[in-house]
Amino acid sequence: MAEPLLRLQGLSKNFGSLVVTDDVTLEVNAGEMHALIGPNGAGKTTLINQISGLTAPDAGTVLFANDDVTALPPQIRALRGMSRTFQISSILPGFAALENVALAVQARSGSSLRFFGNAAAEPALNIPAMAALEQAGIADRANVRAAELSDGEKRALELAIALAMQPRLLLLDEPMAGIGREETDRLVDLLLRLKGQMTMILVEHDMAAVFALADRISVLIRGRVLTTGSPADVRADPQVVAAYLGEQVE
Amino acid sequence: MPTALAARAAKPSLPVARQFLLPTAIFLVLALLPVAAALSAQQYLVDLATRVMVFAVAAVALDVLVGYGGLISFGHAGFIGLGAYAVGILSAHGIGDALVALPAAIAASMLFAWLTGIVCLRTKGVYFIMITLAFGQMIFFVATSLAPYGGDNGLTIAARNTVAGWALMKDDRAFYYVTLLGLLATYLFCRTLVGSRFGRVLRGGKDNATRMATIGFTIRRFQLVAYVIAGGLGGLSGFLLANSTEFVSPAYMSWQQSGELIVMVILGGLGTLHGAILGTAAYLLVEEWLSGVTENWQAIFGPLLVLVVLFARGGLLGLSSMPRGRFFGGVGNG
Repeated sequence: MAEPLLRLQGLSKNFGSLVVTDDVTLEVNAGEMHALIGPNGAGKTTLINQISGLTAPDAGTVLFANDDVTALPPQIRALRGMSRTFQISSILPGFAALENVALAVQARSGSSLRFFGNAAAEPALNIPAMAALEQAGIADRANVRAAELSDGEKRALELAIALAMQPRLLLLDEPMAGIGREETDRLVDLLLRLKGQMTMILVEHDMAAVFALADRISVLIRGRVLTTGSPADVRADPQVVAAYLGEQVE
Repeated sequence: MPTALAARAAKPSLPVARQFLLPTAIFLVLALLPVAAALSAQQYLVDLATRVMVFAVAAVALDVLVGYGGLISFGHAGFIGLGAYAVGILSAHGIGDALVALPAAIAASMLFAWLTGIVCLRTKGVYFIMITLAFGQMIFFVATSLAPYGGDNGLTIAARNTVAGWALMKDDRAFYYVTLLGLLATYLFCRTLVGSRFGRVLRGGKDNATRMATIGFTIRRFQLVAYVIAGGLGGLSGFLLANSTEFVSPAYMSWQQSGELIVMVILGGLGTLHGAILGTAAYLLVEEWLSGVTENWQAIFGPLLVLVVLFARGGLLGLSSMPRGRFFGGVGNG
């Protein structure tokens, strides 16, 4: 259990003179739900981008399942088992919800250099895709164009895409941002059910959700990891309360 | 569970019959046109329609790139020119059979597409437009400097290609049907392509490249394959063009010609394939008609194109579905 799936070592990133990631060293254990919290501008999304490969770090290494993946592009990391959602839902707006997910299934089921045969009618792609939509709770919207889904449904679709990839590591960048209370509750339920099936990193401002879900929490302030610990330890840490939680919890 | 899920998942998003109605009608009209032309003794119609179909082959292929792949290639005429020159140069050396000339035309265009595509696809957006334009101009100037093959003046071809020694394409009407066959094959191939696994990845790259990368696709590789395929079909168009005019000229690959192809695709309706055929027909027919009316036909044609782009955003196909959408509330036709 205690074997880390993801290891960040001395990760650093500057945007000009602004230090967004400052010598971050962090271990995420296999199977755990690891929350990343911190005030706006702490560099949480930039850190997620460096883990998933969308942003290259200036220094440091990203080790995934004991392999150095620092130089690998996002598509290779995805095929090795990383999947992610974005702070602003990133979907294929012109595709039906089902087709969005079917593409994620397609990415890991044989070659996509097939020029004949109607992909939309392949049960081998559609059945797992439908199952992922079911899991995310939007199976009834399968044939709706993604652009026409509500914000909450887009979030659910993004999650279905990520789940269809059968990831070992799921990166969730503020999945509760911009959706209603009811949808948040449903999402928390879903994530609770997924807990233990895969390793997850959760970036989130909704502290109720974070404390309900996380096994461990890392607090990020101005690009640095202030502390990492259990929810109880983090909540009691006077440094954290002073720097961040003070303004969050009344 | 799986059977219930499969049944729901297999539900098609569009009624199949309606989807194929217009393309079927287009090809039916094209198939019957020589008969109508013979009955009304208007032979020039066959020549005009041949010209339309020759360029429609290239336009349909360009629609795969622009309409489905989001790759605005501004050098597509270069592939037409390469295909045409393959026919012309082979003919100048006494090789006048389609069994050699056609594969040579397609292969030359595909090779050029592959070599330049590797470079072009490192760029995006406006830079992609500029670099494809640059390669198009490069091949244009190479053609103008080919002194042994006519240089600026172009090259006359002694006779149309034979097919395994048989002068099949000598007769204009027979050539018409060969061209129609080429267009039909191109259309069916591209229609299958865009619905295939490959086509789905290509379309996904146009919709959201970041998402495609994060689910594990190296989009550029798929775009390169599409570029090479579209290049090859441009070569087919060039093969037909050289045989139809029995002449090749650097003008075939001018940047104006590339621009006209883009206009044809947009005019018909991007991302529809049969729209590209309609757009090519509309463009060439209006050009033909206006140039008969006045010498300064471009002064009328220009504003006409502006109006189409302004008021029919889906091109001619968008125009046909617009009133329905307006008056009856429209059914998910966003």
